[in-house]
Amino acid sequence: MSETIAKAHPHVDVKEFHPRAHAAIHNPKIRQNFRKAMDGLMAKRTAAFEGWDLETLRDLGANIRMKALSNLPDLLEQLEQKLTENGIKVHWAVDGDEACRIVRDICVARDAKTVIKGKSMVSEEMELNHYLQDQGIEALESDLGEYIVQLADETPSHIIMPAIHKNTGEISELMHEKTGTDLSNDVEYLTASARQQLREKFMNADVGVSGVNFAVAETGTLCLVENEGNGRMTTTVPPCHIAVTGIEKVVPSLEDVSALLALLTRSATGQHITTYFNMISSPRKGEELDGPEEVHVVLVDNGRSSIYQDDELLDTLRCIRCGACMNHCPVYTRVGGHTYGTTYPGPIGKILMPHLIGLDEGRHLPTASSLCGACGEVCPVKIPIPDLLVRLRQESVDGDRLHPAKVRGHGAKRSTSEALVWKGWAWMHASPGIYRLGTGVAAKFRALQPSKAGAWTDYRTAPKLAAKTLHQRMKERGQ
Amino acid sequence: MSSRNIILQRLRNRTGGELTAPECDFSVLKRPDWSTAERIERFEKMIESVHGEVHHCTADTWIERLAEVLNTRGARNLMIPKQHAIGQAIKASERTDLPELLLYDEPIESWQPYLFNEVDASITSTRGGIAETGSLILWPTPDEPRLMSLVPPVHIAVLNASEIYTTFHEAMLAQDWASGMPTNALLISGPSKTADIEQTLAYGVHGPKELIVLVIE
Ligand code: SF4
Repeated sequence: MSETIAKAHPHVDVKEFHPRAHAAIHNPKIRQNFRKAMDGLMAKRTAAFEGWDLETLRDLGANIRMKALSNLPDLLEQLEQKLTENGIKVHWAVDGDEACRIVRDICVARDAKTVIKGKSMVSEEMELNHYLQDQGIEALESDLGEYIVQLADETPSHIIMPAIHKNTGEISELMHEKTGTDLSNDVEYLTASARQQLREKFMNADVGVSGVNFAVAETGTLCLVENEGNGRMTTTVPPCHIAVTGIEKVVPSLEDVSALLALLTRSATGQHITTYFNMISSPRKGEELDGPEEVHVVLVDNGRSSIYQDDELLDTLRCIRCGACMNHCPVYTRVGGHTYGTTYPGPIGKILMPHLIGLDEGRHLPTASSLCGACGEVCPVKIPIPDLLVRLRQESVDGDRLHPAKVRGHGAKRSTSEALVWKGWAWMHASPGIYRLGTGVAAKFRALQPSKAGAWTDYRTAPKLAAKTLHQRMKERGQ
Repeated sequence: MSSRNIILQRLRNRTGGELTAPECDFSVLKRPDWSTAERIERFEKMIESVHGEVHHCTADTWIERLAEVLNTRGARNLMIPKQHAIGQAIKASERTDLPELLLYDEPIESWQPYLFNEVDASITSTRGGIAETGSLILWPTPDEPRLMSLVPPVHIAVLNASEIYTTFHEAMLAQDWASGMPTNALLISGPSKTADIEQTLAYGVHGPKELIVLVIE
């Protein structure tokens, strides 16, 4: 069986996190673009939840996702059965490559040459666009942000707002260069131009590919959340619609969707609801005059069933991809989405990507955090992201003897000298005499303490040892 | 073994053992018991906050209002449902101040460019509204196909004030959606929009630039 394998971004070495972070921090434009956007998103989210019992609502969100995960294999079978009854074809893919092949085979069988795409992070994970291009099938993004990112031959820097790293001037130049629009800072004009260009494409596309926000097992319904209408176009205009989704997206009932939707849009962009909530349950049937004649769903595992094995890591799969954790992350806001070099950036990326690419490749991801806890506090499904980061940090150095590490590539950061230091530390703390002797000696020779301590002192002064140990002071106070 | 069975087997043979499903209490979704008037007010406030336009009408005045709305926009034509009472009433009114009336009565393949390039406005019915989020519920039918509320630059929707629910949760339970979903069900809350260029809002990016709701009281 092939192990999972999502790649990092093409030509990007995930391990080179530090140089990229360094460059981003010294790029005022990037910092400004992100700061401005994230500040706005945080304020809007707070306003959107006004009047709600947010804690209880988040509990409900977490419970619904746990309920779904606790019954995942049965729900997937129920979903498959319902979708099939409704006339939707269901496919299963162990990894991204298999999912790509399934999409290609459907295209080839229909003799399809052009694919129009709605927003789908799973398709980014699969690197579907490049794959199809290599097969001679044109794949065009239709979400405006994704369209811009594709024109620039980049990858999304945010899971909800893919082009957030660019400002209007940069987008205007890009569109001018690639599509011949006039140079203009008028967002209306730029948007209208994209509308015109894409309408032609919708009419001529052979296949529409979309993601899925929730898949409802009880009715066999695919739910898509969006503002632009490109998702509706993608799933309605071309004669064939292929929806790609992670296996964890299934929920038991429509009722569950109403609660998750209330959390998702408010957490993501501070909207009470998006312009469109699109629920698809079958291809065109009977007398209907539009809609695709064929609908396919590709259920993609790509590492999720491995995450599923462990009680703690399992929480990662509750994610509804709202992006709130990145909007509130002090690291993400400063380094931007591309620094991570992974499909999913920010806190969710840091806990998800190590499973997809391995902890060796993604060794710096769990440490790119101050553990301030903001992500865990805003997550609408209460994923304990900071705890998971700590767990992954331990796994990356094989640091917990009682609980053997499980994530592929664990132990990649383990160093013998560091392990030795901690061993000595533990030994010293377990023997009071040696501890007193050790701290006493250290206090006495504190002048010899080095003023540099690796990366720690790049931006900080080194901590100084006190002249007297705590034990000595207590003794002096006669206690 | 098929990929399907590989995946299902891995999930079934979970090393962490069986999981128990927590209880889910949906009462937090309940909103105050708004009166019909309050629901209309809230609906209007919410949909206007996202650039939707609301007109209060009665069964006697809505067609007149429709004509005004279309004329101020210089619409050359209006697409109406063929069978639905809305379409029938518009036709029967024989008003001379209405633009040319169009029907969506052929499969889209035979006239797609016309729909995309020539139709200025459409009018559809709704299956109700949602006060809390300012949303319209649409279940497209052969009489009112999916693209009717998406492709023309102006979408006009008729909403009965008595059919405004408080929340989505309440609406789907009251209408018993779980017993059978249509090919496509939609919540529409405002005109198509994007904020993908530097967080600046722009309307009509792929779908209608304007959403006009005629609330029949
Ligand atoms: S981890 Fe939580 S906050 Fe982050 S994207 Fe997922 S659901 Fe949203």
